[in-house]
Amino acid sequence: MNPVMPLSHGLIFAAALFAIGLFGVMARRDFLFMLISLELMMNAAALAFVLAGAKYAVADGQVMLIFILTLAAAEVAIGLAILLRFYHVHGHLDGDRAREMRG
Amino acid sequence: MNLIFLTVAAPLAGFLMLACLRDGRLNQRQAAAIGGGVMLLSALSALYAALCYQGTPVTLTAWRWFSVAGLTPDIAFHYDGLTLTMVGVVTGVGFLIHLFASWYMDGEADYARFFSYMNLFVACMLVLVLADNYLLLYLGWEGVGLCSYLLIGFYFRDPANGRAAIKAFTVTRIGDVFLAIGLFLIYRDCGTLNIDYVNEHAGTIFIHASLPIHAITLMLALGAFGKSAQLPLHTWLADAMAGPTPVSALIHAATMVTAGVYLIARAHPLFELAPATLSLVAVVGALTLLIAGLTALRQYDIKRVLAYSTMSQLGYMFVALGIGAWQAAIIHLMVHAFFKALLFLSAGAVIIATYHEQDIRRMGGLYRKIPLVYGCFLIGAAALVALPWVSAGFYSKDEILRALWESGNTGLFLAGLVGALITSLYTFRVFWLTFHGRARGTCHPIHGWNYWLPLVALAVLSTFVGGKIHPPFNGVLPALTETASQGMAGSEGVIELLTMLAALSGLAAAAWWFVDKERLSGADGISRSSAEKVLAGGFGFDALYERIAVRPYLWCVRILRGDPVDRAWYVLVTLSERAFSLSSRWQTGRIRDYAVSFAGGLTLALLLVIFVRGRGG
Repeated sequence: MNPVMPLSHGLIFAAALFAIGLFGVMARRDFLFMLISLELMMNAAALAFVLAGAKYAVADGQVMLIFILTLAAAEVAIGLAILLRFYHVHGHLDGDRAREMRG
Repeated sequence: MNLIFLTVAAPLAGFLMLACLRDGRLNQRQAAAIGGGVMLLSALSALYAALCYQGTPVTLTAWRWFSVAGLTPDIAFHYDGLTLTMVGVVTGVGFLIHLFASWYMDGEADYARFFSYMNLFVACMLVLVLADNYLLLYLGWEGVGLCSYLLIGFYFRDPANGRAAIKAFTVTRIGDVFLAIGLFLIYRDCGTLNIDYVNEHAGTIFIHASLPIHAITLMLALGAFGKSAQLPLHTWLADAMAGPTPVSALIHAATMVTAGVYLIARAHPLFELAPATLSLVAVVGALTLLIAGLTALRQYDIKRVLAYSTMSQLGYMFVALGIGAWQAAIIHLMVHAFFKALLFLSAGAVIIATYHEQDIRRMGGLYRKIPLVYGCFLIGAAALVALPWVSAGFYSKDEILRALWESGNTGLFLAGLVGALITSLYTFRVFWLTFHGRARGTCHPIHGWNYWLPLVALAVLSTFVGGKIHPPFNGVLPALTETASQGMAGSEGVIELLTMLAALSGLAAAAWWFVDKERLSGADGISRSSAEKVLAGGFGFDALYERIAVRPYLWCVRILRGDPVDRAWYVLVTLSERAFSLSSRWQTGRIRDYAVSFAGGLTLALLLVIFVRGRGG
């Protein structure tokens, strides 16, 4: 058997993935890249679940992975639809120029 | 006797009919027929009741008004000699003035509205004089005040008329408040407002010249001053001339302004217990008759001259009341109603004939054009100056002056004599400037039976015929005490002579002053002396009230218009508005910003959890 990878390594990887995704959402101006970054963050969360499930030897973590994948699929479907509509209306995908909701 | 109810109900029904049908559905003839017809009905029923009157007071109860905590006023009418006189004046003169008004108001807009107000006024005035208790009297009292307001402001499209109406309403209201306080005091001390009961038991309830009776009579007297335009509440009457002339004749000369005289005469048992109030009434009457007479000397509006002369004549009545000459006061009231209504209606005819001109500087020489009006005005003026023997005013005014002499109060008697002199001065002045001398304006002849009939009827009543009317006052108003009249019996002829002398010398002086030269100060550029200015301005009462009452009030209003109390609560509004604009600045609309704040919040929450767990663990 391979020596078991310590849990912390996996968690650090998940956190790094999450941070990269978060940075993408905050720093990117393009909606498409923001959506991709969101996907990244979700997968980071799913990875953390799976790691925790393996650690405690329960199936819950993998169940949560299925849920999160479903959620991500739904989110992408809606997000892409909005994105397409937005592009049709505005002709660009710049989030900083879409400020109609300013208070 | 029950016909008295009809006397009141007829004008009330007339008012309701005219008010419901309004101008749109009635033409002039119908409105005049209703308005005048109900007055004729009222006058005839009043005449019938007067003929049936046996000399004993009658009380007719219609129904109980209300019953609250022991106060049970009835809608009940008390009919006696005093009431008979007042009802006769109100309905008789009222009918003649309605008749004249149907001519005067010819072609005016709001014809039916005018007659509905007039009918309502007569109904209220009848309630006032017929009331059996003070509360019902107060109802009529306020009712005539309301009608006076409505009719002064009848030509409401001119704001000045509205101001005059408000002024009249406000000033008389001051008196009304005092009257209301007087009624409260009467109820507190007597436990009832029934006039008969209070009059009968006044001697046992109140101690002679005690404080409560003085308080009550003072309040009643102040109420009477307000309604009857006596100092210091007299300023409204001259401005009340803004109304149509028949209104001035009916309300502001013949009937409503005599309500104060009636009130004091009606409550005379109370006033006899309060000598200080009586002397106040006498002094106020004397001052009013002098000041109003002097003011009338320098007025150029024919109606204003008559208005000031009304105040002056009412002053005579108050002097008579003040010395206890109740009968003389009421007789002068009646005679004054005749001749002052005549003078006002003649003035109304003059105003129509001169194309709505009221300034006597632009009249003159009218006697050739409108001889009938000239004759009627002459008869009225003769009654006003109390021309000996031929005029009605001579008999009534002579009686007052004799009573003044017999009361032994030389000051009041002299005031009365000087007043008679001034009366003949201003009367001759207005008469001469209007009808004689050079014609200074245009004039057209006037026609219509409904204009000359009331004039002639009132002219007959203003001659010695009116002076021969002696209302049945026995048992209602005490005559002057016999001892007083016996003590001065020898001087009767002297007084009569003095009265005549005052009137005739005034006439002679005025004739010398006006007949040859046309003295029209102001019109021909002669500068006015300060004394003339004082007279023309009515002794500055208006200016004084403007300064001490109107301006402070307006100042308060201006301050309160900004809602100083609410200003404190506006702080909350301003604060929440600021908070809103600050917090809405966060709402940038940029998704990245939201993501940043979201991440920041998440980080903070996590840090908090770790920190707390770390401490706890």
